[in-house]
Amino acid sequence: MTQEASTPKKSNPIVPFLKLPENYPDQEGYLWGVKCPQCGAKFLGARTACANCGSTGPFEEQKFGGEGEIYVFSVVHQTVPGLEAPYVAAIIDLDDGVTVRANVYGLDATKPGPDWFGKKVKMFTEKVRVDREGNDIVAAKFRVTNGK
Amino acid sequence: MRDVAIVGANMLKFGRYPDKDVVTLAAEASIAAMKDAGCTIKDVELVVSGNLYQSNAMIGQRIMKEIGATGVPVINVSNACATGSTAFREAYMSVASGAYDVALAIGSEQMGKMGLLGADGASREYSTEGVMGTGLMPGVFGQAGVEHMRKYGTTQEQFAKVAVKNHKHSVNNPYAQYQIETPLEDVLNARPIAYPNTLYMCCPTGDGAAAAVLMSAEKAKQFTSKPVWVAASVLTSDPYTPRNPTMFDINTLTRNASKEAYEKAGIGPEDLSQVELHDCFATAELLHYENLGLCGEGEAGRMIDEGATYVGGKIPVNASGGLLSKGHPLGATGVANIVEIVWHLRGEAGARQVENSKVGLAHVIGLGSACTINIIKK
Repeated sequence: MTQEASTPKKSNPIVPFLKLPENYPDQEGYLWGVKCPQCGAKFLGARTACANCGSTGPFEEQKFGGEGEIYVFSVVHQTVPGLEAPYVAAIIDLDDGVTVRANVYGLDATKPGPDWFGKKVKMFTEKVRVDREGNDIVAAKFRVTNGK
Repeated sequence: MRDVAIVGANMLKFGRYPDKDVVTLAAEASIAAMKDAGCTIKDVELVVSGNLYQSNAMIGQRIMKEIGATGVPVINVSNACATGSTAFREAYMSVASGAYDVALAIGSEQMGKMGLLGADGASREYSTEGVMGTGLMPGVFGQAGVEHMRKYGTTQEQFAKVAVKNHKHSVNNPYAQYQIETPLEDVLNARPIAYPNTLYMCCPTGDGAAAAVLMSAEKAKQFTSKPVWVAASVLTSDPYTPRNPTMFDINTLTRNASKEAYEKAGIGPEDLSQVELHDCFATAELLHYENLGLCGEGEAGRMIDEGATYVGGKIPVNASGGLLSKGHPLGATGVANIVEIVWHLRGEAGARQVENSKVGLAHVIGLGSACTINIIKK
């Protein structure tokens, strides 16, 4: 076996605020961020200072749970070449107090309507493509649960 | 701060100019504005050039080489869709402060058929577009509209009526990129772009240029007997709100800007004769009725149902046809909105003239975000 062939392929998160444990996918990934020690504002990812109050920390690290609900959405029909459309592009309010952009699955994209507001969703991760070095690119997505 | 007059204003018809470069477009608009003012480049003491994609290539100075390289200070401005209006405000501030007596504000852009904004970045391998929501403008402004639906029960049909109105207005604007009426049924049945916006509810890409000559009151007297005045020129950025920037907040910074602008102008929304606002998508226009105080909270849907914002209505909005029809060559848009208001105040707006217009408000928002409001009066 050549040395090159033995180089293990990695799973890379598509954004820095998605963390993939070392034993991913056996252990699921999660969204990560910080909490401002002064005003309590929560953010996805690391920060230099708080956008709300200007505090420079030190910030408290947060491992956000994957449960939340749909705040608002669009259904994107026209997009960049190579992407499957339409897709439901939502703004998700996580139960842990932070907001994330995400694709939502389990909804009929031909029937967007007010009944989608407040729908309970749960996060999962999925390989979405492979980068030029052969690593898997992993994204966080959401699926409608049987809540509201 | 001194009073500042707009003495010259002009624009090119927005559209597609594949046979001209953007410097030529900007030069033609600049010369037209200076002719309108009755001045020449030799009278101009400061030039502020707004262009989103060419500001890193010194377009302002390249324009000067075309219209007269007098050696005066040139500032290149880039501020997303608020680029042109930010350039105008810089020119205004420079004259109001007393530093200069005559300034030329130029807005220009050549987009061709570049397609969806942000689509270049969205084709990178680590792009989140379409796998973790959307950052493309139609979807972002779609979500902003859906938020209004959630809060107030606004319907897709009400948003579609914005497109019906603005496309109807455009028929009377020879400077608009498109001058085609679109009945409600056509708007609703058009190809969906990003819910709730269909094709006719999205502004087109295109090319264009506009320019304005600003002068101190004393200087203006030498050139015109009927100047119009900048009653307020305000620029805001988006303050912290909990969901932003995951979900761009296009409302708070517009509300902050309108509050400040009304205070500075010493008027309220009820005193406006007309508004040119940033209808990049039909959804945005209804939100801004409330953000600009044209109606109460949650009343924007009813306002369009009642036809209050048509020319001839209680408060005409986007008599020009708006970005939806007039087009949105990014850097040119903010200056062109002001040119439109100036024409109405002078009674030069032809078939789309708002009767007896005395005070107009021009609003622009660029995502990221920047908001400008300019209130112009007779």
